[in-house]
Amino acid sequence: MNEHKKQAKDVIVKILKKLGQAILRALVVIKPSLIAIGLGLFIGLIIMLIFDAGDAFPALGTLLIGGFNGGLRGIGNTLYQAAPIILTGLAVAFAFRTGLFNIGASGQMMMGAYVAIHIGVRYTLPGTVHWIIAFLAGMLAGAIWGLIPGLLKALSNVNEVVSSIMMNYIAGNLLIIFIMKYVFNPTYSRSLNILRTAELPLLTSVFPNSTANIGIFIAIIVVIIAHIILHKTTLGFGLRASGFSMPGSKYAGMNTKANIITAMTLSGSFAGMAGAIAFLVVGKNIGTAFEIFPQGFDGISVALLGLGEPIGALFAGLFLANIRMGAFYMQRYSFVPQIIDMIIAVIIYVTAISAALQMIFKRYGQQFKAWRLSRHEKKEGK
Amino acid sequence: MTYKVEMRHITKIFGTLYANDDVTLQVKQGEIHALLGENGAGKSTLMSVLFGLYHQEQGDILIDGSPVEIKNPNDANRLGIGMVHQHFKLVESFTVLDNIILGAEDTQNGIIQYEQATKKLQHLIQTYKLHVDLHAYIKDITVGQQQRVEILKMLYRDADILIFDEPTAVLTPQEIHELMNIMRGFAKEGKTIMLITHKLNEIKAVADVCTVLRRGKKIGTVNVKDTSIETLAEMMVGREVSFTVEKPDMEHGEAIFEVEHLNVSGHGRHAVKDVSFKVHRGEILGIAGIDGNGQTELIHALTGLKPIISGKATLMGSDITHLPIRQKYQKGMSHIPEDRQKHGVVMDFDLQSNLILQNYYQPQFQKHAFLKFDVIQDHADELINRFDIRSERGPKTIVRQMSGGNQQKAILGREISRAHELLIAVQPTRGLDVGAIEYIHAQLISERNQQKAVLLISLELEEIMNLSDRILVMYEGEIVGELDPKKTTVNELGLYMSGAKRGGVHE
Repeated sequence: MNEHKKQAKDVIVKILKKLGQAILRALVVIKPSLIAIGLGLFIGLIIMLIFDAGDAFPALGTLLIGGFNGGLRGIGNTLYQAAPIILTGLAVAFAFRTGLFNIGASGQMMMGAYVAIHIGVRYTLPGTVHWIIAFLAGMLAGAIWGLIPGLLKALSNVNEVVSSIMMNYIAGNLLIIFIMKYVFNPTYSRSLNILRTAELPLLTSVFPNSTANIGIFIAIIVVIIAHIILHKTTLGFGLRASGFSMPGSKYAGMNTKANIITAMTLSGSFAGMAGAIAFLVVGKNIGTAFEIFPQGFDGISVALLGLGEPIGALFAGLFLANIRMGAFYMQRYSFVPQIIDMIIAVIIYVTAISAALQMIFKRYGQQFKAWRLSRHEKKEGK
Repeated sequence: MTYKVEMRHITKIFGTLYANDDVTLQVKQGEIHALLGENGAGKSTLMSVLFGLYHQEQGDILIDGSPVEIKNPNDANRLGIGMVHQHFKLVESFTVLDNIILGAEDTQNGIIQYEQATKKLQHLIQTYKLHVDLHAYIKDITVGQQQRVEILKMLYRDADILIFDEPTAVLTPQEIHELMNIMRGFAKEGKTIMLITHKLNEIKAVADVCTVLRRGKKIGTVNVKDTSIETLAEMMVGREVSFTVEKPDMEHGEAIFEVEHLNVSGHGRHAVKDVSFKVHRGEILGIAGIDGNGQTELIHALTGLKPIISGKATLMGSDITHLPIRQKYQKGMSHIPEDRQKHGVVMDFDLQSNLILQNYYQPQFQKHAFLKFDVIQDHADELINRFDIRSERGPKTIVRQMSGGNQQKAILGREISRAHELLIAVQPTRGLDVGAIEYIHAQLISERNQQKAVLLISLELEEIMNLSDRILVMYEGEIVGELDPKKTTVNELGLYMSGAKRGGVHE
C-alpha cells in the first residue's frame, strides 16, 4: 500500500516538475511581451499619478481587472470585443510569418463586415443557415480584399504596406456607397439591423445582458487551425521559409509568388471573419460617416504583443480587450479612458523595441556582475 | 628593447566565447609580422582590438613602449595605426581622391582644398609605386586598384603601423606578387606591417615573423625563415595536414550537362557573353576567374535564380533552360550556392527543416500535406552522422547558431544525398578552416569517382588546380581559355584571369 502511495507521489512530482519546466520555458519565450506590458503599465501609472495621485492605484487595479469588474456581463462583453481583434491580430501575425506586413486588416475587416450585414439584411434564410452563409461570405470578402495587394506584390512587386493601406481607404468609401444603396436606415443614417436569423448564436445564458456570442469560439478554433497550417503542414513550411528568407526559399525551388498570394488571401480571410463576427449581432450597425475600423490597427498591436504567433495573438487579443473594458470601468474615477490608449501605445512601443531593451539589460547586468566581482576580489585581497 | 607594437595578455570575450584568450603579441619596427590561424582563431578580433573596433576585457596595448588606450578607430589613426579591411570600405560613386580624403579633408571656409591632398598623394604614389588614377570612380576600377586606394588611405593619414586583413583573397597571382613588393617597400621604409592570413605560401614569401593563433589562444611566435610550411600548418591546425588531394586518374563518361551560347545580364550590363561548355560524367570541370567576371551570373542563370536572355541548357537530354527551379532539381541538379547564408539555408529554420528544404513536399516527408516530423528528424540524424555536421542541439538547432563550416557541411550533405546527376558547387570552401576544406574536397572528388558530373566555380586557384580535371577561365563574361591542370601553372592561369592572354578553347 505504501509502495503504491510512494509511486503515485513520484508520478505527481514528476508531472509537476514537467509542468513547472514548461511554464518556465513559456515564460522565457513571452518575456519580451511581459516586460513590455509591465513597462507600459508602469508609465501609465506615472501619468495617472501626475493627474490624480489619490485615485491612481485603485484606477490601475480597475484597469487590470478589466472586464471582470462587471461580473459575468463584463466578461461577456470582453469576449465579444476580443474575438475580432484576435482575428485581425491573427491576420497580421500570419502574414508577418510569411514576411508580409498586412496593414490592411481594417479594410479587409470592413469588407467582411459589409458583406455579412448585406446578407443578414437582404436575404431571408432559415436560422442556422443564414448566419453561417453570412459569416462565410464575410470571410470571402476579406479574402478577396487581401488577395488584391497579394497579387500586386507577387506580380509587379508593389509594396504590400502601401497597397493595403490604400485598400483601407477604398473599403472605407465603398462601405458608405454600399450602405446608402442597399441597406440604408435613413432614420439613423446607418445600416439596417440584420435579421434575427442572421445573428451569430449568443451566449446570453452564460453571460446575461452581454453581447457575447460564439465569435470567441470561432476565433479560438481559427487560431488553432492557423497554428496547425503554419507549423504542421507543407503549406506552412513553404510560407514560413518565404517569411524567413525569400532568396532561400526561391533557391529551394518554392513558388514564392504563390506563397505571397496564399498568405495574403488567408490573412484577409481572417480579418474578414473579424468583420462578420463583430457585426452579425442585432443592433450593431455601420454608420455612414467615413471611418476606418480601429480593430485592424489593434490587430497590429495584438500581433506584435503576441510575438507574431497565432497562439500569441489569442492571448494578446484577450489581454487587450480586457484592459479596454477596464478603461471603460475606470471612468468611475477621474480619469478619461484615453489614458488606456496611451498605455497601449507604450506597451506596443516597448514590444517593438524589446529586443534592444533586452540587450541593454543584459549588458548592464554583466557590467554590474563584473563590478561586484571586482569589489569582492578587492575585499578578499585586503 | 622596446617594441613598436606590444599587446600584452589580451582577452576579448563575446558572450561565452573567448575570441582572444591571454594573447601576447610583440612586433618590432620595420617588421612584416604575420598572424596565422584558421577562421575563428581570433586573428581579426585581435587586430580589431588594436584598431579600436573592439575593446579588450583584459590586457594592455603599448605603442613605442608607452601604454595607450584605443577606444575607437580615430584613436588608432592618431597613433599611426591603419587597417585595410578584407571587405573594402569605399564609396562606390565617389572618386579615388574623394575616398582617400573622406573624413580627413583639409577645408578652408568649409570648402575642400584638393590641391595639397593631390600633391601629397602623388608623392606617395611615386614613392611606393601604388599606381592608381586619382580621378577615376571606385566603381570603374579593378579590385586590385581598390585595394591600393585603401592602402593610400592609410598612408595619407600618416600611418606607420599597417594592418592587412586577408589582403590577397580577391587578387590575381600577379596582383598578389605586386602587393608583396609594395609591402616589402613599406618595411624597408621602417613601417611596421601586420598581415592577417591563413595562406601559408604568402607568409613564407613575405613575412619575417609569424604568430600563430588557434581557438583564441596564442600557439607561438616563430621566425619564418627557420620554419617549414608543414610546421606552420601543424601549429595552425593542431595536427598534421595533408596538402595533396588524392585523386585517381580516370576516363570521363558522356556529357550530361550542356550549355550553349548562354547570355545573361546583371548589374545593368551584359554579364555573361555567349558561353558554351559541357560537363561529363566522372569529371570535375573547374571555372576559374577573378570575382565579378560573370561567374555568379552564369550560375544563377543555370540554376534558375536569374533569368536567361538567350541560349540553352540541357541536362540529361532534356532542355532545362527555362524550367522552374524545383523542376531543375527534379531533373537531377544539385547546387551548393555561392552565398550559403542567403540562398543555401534558411537561417532561422532549424537544421532538420533545412535538410529537407527542397524535398519537403515529397511523399517521403509528408502525408496529406501534414509533415512527418519523425521521418524528418530521422533523416536529419542520418545526415548529421554521415557528414559529421556538428551543432549544439542536433536536428533542432537553429542554423543561425551553427558555425559556418557546419552550415556548409549541412548544405553539402543535403545536396549530395539528394538524387542528382550534376553537382554545381560554387565557392564550396569559402571562409572555412583547413579541416573542413579537406573534408569538402574529399567529398567532391568522391562525387566525381561515382560518375557524377561536377561543375566547380572557385576564386581559390589552388582549389581549382587540385580538384579540376579541366579548367575554363572566365574573363569579363566570356570563356577565354580552356586549360589542363596537369599542363598549366598558376601563373599561366593568372594571365588568362587578368585578360592578358586568351584563346585555345576546344569543345
